[in-house]
Amino acid sequence: MPTIVVEVMPKAEILDPQGKAVLGALGRLGKTGYSGVRIGKRFELTVDGEVTDAVLAEVRELADDMLANTVIEDVVSIEVQP
Amino acid sequence: MTDATTPAVLDTVANAAATPERQQPYAALGLKPDEYERIKEILGRRPTSGELAMYSVMWSEHCSYKSSKPYLRQFGQKVTPAMKKNLMVGMGENAGVTDIGDGWAVTFKIESHNHPSYIEPFQGAATGVGGIVRDIISMGARPVAVMDALRFGRIDDPDTARVVHGVVAGISFYSNCLGLPNIGGETYFDSVYQANPLVNALAVGVLRHEDLHLANARGVGNRVVLFGARTGGDGIGGASILASDTFAEGGPTKRPAVQVGDPFAEKVLIECCLELFRLGLVEGIQDLGAAGISCATSELASNGDGGMFIELDSVLLRDPTLTAEEILMSESQERMMAVVEPAKLDAFLEVVAKWDVETSVLGEVTDTGRLVIQWHGEEIVNVDPRTVAVDGPVYDRPVAYPAWLDAVQADTASVLERPAGGEQLKLQVLRLLGSANLADKRWVTNQYDSYVLGNTALTFPDDGGMVRVDEETGLGFAVATDANGRWCYLDPYQGARLALAEAYRNVAVTGATPVAVSDCLNFGSPENPEVMWQFSRAVAGLSDACLDLEIPVTGGNVSFYNQTGDVPIHPTPVVAVLGTIADVAERIPSGWQDEGQNIYLLGETRLELDGSAWAGVVHQHLGGLPPAVNLDRERALADLIAAGNAQNLISAAHDLSDGGLIQALAESVLRFGIGARVFLGEVLERDGVDIATALFSESTGRVIVSVPREDDVRFRGLCEGRGFPVVRIGVTDAGSALEIQDQFTLSAAELVDAHRATLPERFGAVVGA
Repeated sequence: MPTIVVEVMPKAEILDPQGKAVLGALGRLGKTGYSGVRIGKRFELTVDGEVTDAVLAEVRELADDMLANTVIEDVVSIEVQP
Repeated sequence: MTDATTPAVLDTVANAAATPERQQPYAALGLKPDEYERIKEILGRRPTSGELAMYSVMWSEHCSYKSSKPYLRQFGQKVTPAMKKNLMVGMGENAGVTDIGDGWAVTFKIESHNHPSYIEPFQGAATGVGGIVRDIISMGARPVAVMDALRFGRIDDPDTARVVHGVVAGISFYSNCLGLPNIGGETYFDSVYQANPLVNALAVGVLRHEDLHLANARGVGNRVVLFGARTGGDGIGGASILASDTFAEGGPTKRPAVQVGDPFAEKVLIECCLELFRLGLVEGIQDLGAAGISCATSELASNGDGGMFIELDSVLLRDPTLTAEEILMSESQERMMAVVEPAKLDAFLEVVAKWDVETSVLGEVTDTGRLVIQWHGEEIVNVDPRTVAVDGPVYDRPVAYPAWLDAVQADTASVLERPAGGEQLKLQVLRLLGSANLADKRWVTNQYDSYVLGNTALTFPDDGGMVRVDEETGLGFAVATDANGRWCYLDPYQGARLALAEAYRNVAVTGATPVAVSDCLNFGSPENPEVMWQFSRAVAGLSDACLDLEIPVTGGNVSFYNQTGDVPIHPTPVVAVLGTIADVAERIPSGWQDEGQNIYLLGETRLELDGSAWAGVVHQHLGGLPPAVNLDRERALADLIAAGNAQNLISAAHDLSDGGLIQALAESVLRFGIGARVFLGEVLERDGVDIATALFSESTGRVIVSVPREDDVRFRGLCEGRGFPVVRIGVTDAGSALEIQDQFTLSAAELVDAHRATLPERFGAVVGA
């Protein structure tokens, strides 16, 4: 069954405490070659039936209304995987 | 900051002087044309874009108090020497500080985070906690407790659940991560707050007298250091745009600007600051809240020797693409600014490095009387800091008596049909008990950790929260918040007095002595003359009442523009009262714990149903005049409870407020599951009221207390000796039922079902229940 993958990231100007914590952990492990870590979310929506334009349009709407908190996050990609 | 028509060149002071004709986007930044003219007049040229950014945020309503200042002066004027006696730091600093004896002091403050909490409830409420906690740290105190006064829209509106879930989770996330107990507060629902919830966050800190720190930059040559989180692009313009204008006008430049908080970074910052204080390494300190670096530099400089030189390139950035203007306006959380002597700088840097807190030296204190900021080696700001931070515009806004108020006040609830028989009474009592504002709030409070740190003596659902300060002596404080927006709508002057009276009484019934006040004044738009009238009356009422009760306002905040469309919220002056208690072991619980004790009603009941919960729930009615308030009587009541407690005569005390006597009785039963048989014949006869009035009236100055049988004579003697009205109205009972003799009985199950079902029905299961 086809899957629609939606990726959401915190907005560039917004603090990402999780990413900051991971960056700190990298440093403590001696992995110093990284200057930033940002953590986002990936949603995999398994679609019953075909991915029509209507389904995609609905997912785009869902991504903005529900999957992402667009006040502090951006939907960065929506992809269909067969 | 640059628009399409202007090339993105650095707008230096020299450039500003050379290009006076350049158009600047002052209106989009929230400045009025005359304010912009005034800035040009002050500078003798047009402001640079950096200066414009600073003035726009610092002259916003939120930061400058430009509409409220003329009224707030009353809090400083209406004071007696007795009120100043224990006051170590009054209004104007980050938070007021009160001496509580034995070398201890307590600092507390309540502040609004309303607008961000509507746009992004979780982060808005979370950063509200973070901000108020940093105010407490910057006084040199260790934060020990938080509390939140919350107002949401109608409980049955679908959007309310979104806001409630976000706000409560945000508060619990931030304060639980910080390890601070949340010891009470309030939660109300009313349609006036539908698109404008109120999230008022309170924090309390404790310090030794010698640890007191103030926000000033003295000592020429002392270094100005920024430490804590890095500066990012979050919350830019939050102060000027979010808190100072209505949402309805949202254009592209007014996009919501919220911040994301990191409580673990804040926790480290707390410990780091406390170590810096202990080692005496800072001369002055200021937290970064609204208006970020603009606010901290201009306020520190204004309060000190008057000058400061800053190299903005030294600010550590999370996003290297930020412009100078954005750095000046950023409201990134968890940052502090300190003034450090050069000789102590190395020691300072060692401490912050130990706590893994990032730091950069931005510049130094000067005696030039100018705040000068450089960026890439060029001067982009050169201003008198007082013109930014202190001498902002002050508006004498038009004030108009609301034309509709006479009709509202004439529409008394006294004529509404009151229930007669026991059956009808019982049905209404159950309805009230389960109504949104009187129902059990553990859905909210169970998400908070109330006992972390191990010093909490009282917390929700007691009338006030209480925390032990000194583990040796048991010295502690109690704090309570109150405001009845419905009463303030009917009469803002009386409403504000009533808010203080109730918070004062709530503290007194815990066994503590009220000593200080902080207020968070939530109103509609100051550009609406009727709102300005409400504001002026509320401030007059609150300041008069403080004078009558002889407790000073030590600080607080004003939040305007709380409205949905054109409809302002009910005036909501949230009043927080802090009290002290010599030993928290002597606290008075709010619920009954033993059977066979006498229940007394202190105070008199009048036909005062206007604006009551009964009128609202049963008749959807809001009109008339709020209950009378007699502050001498409130003082006498507080003294009486203190005297009774000193002689160990009182085993429980509960304040009567929303919902009246029946609500207080039900809550006293529900607290520990000890029931009561209540007989009201003597009250009806003495006060000349009917049974419905006796149960539902919200007359003030009333408390129910339970007294052990063996202390009965002494307790009556105490009341009579003081001439305070007292009637025995019942006895506690081993069963968990509440019987109102000759009227009705509420079984334990009926009480619990009615009181505890409402919030879970709307919002889901209670945590830990």
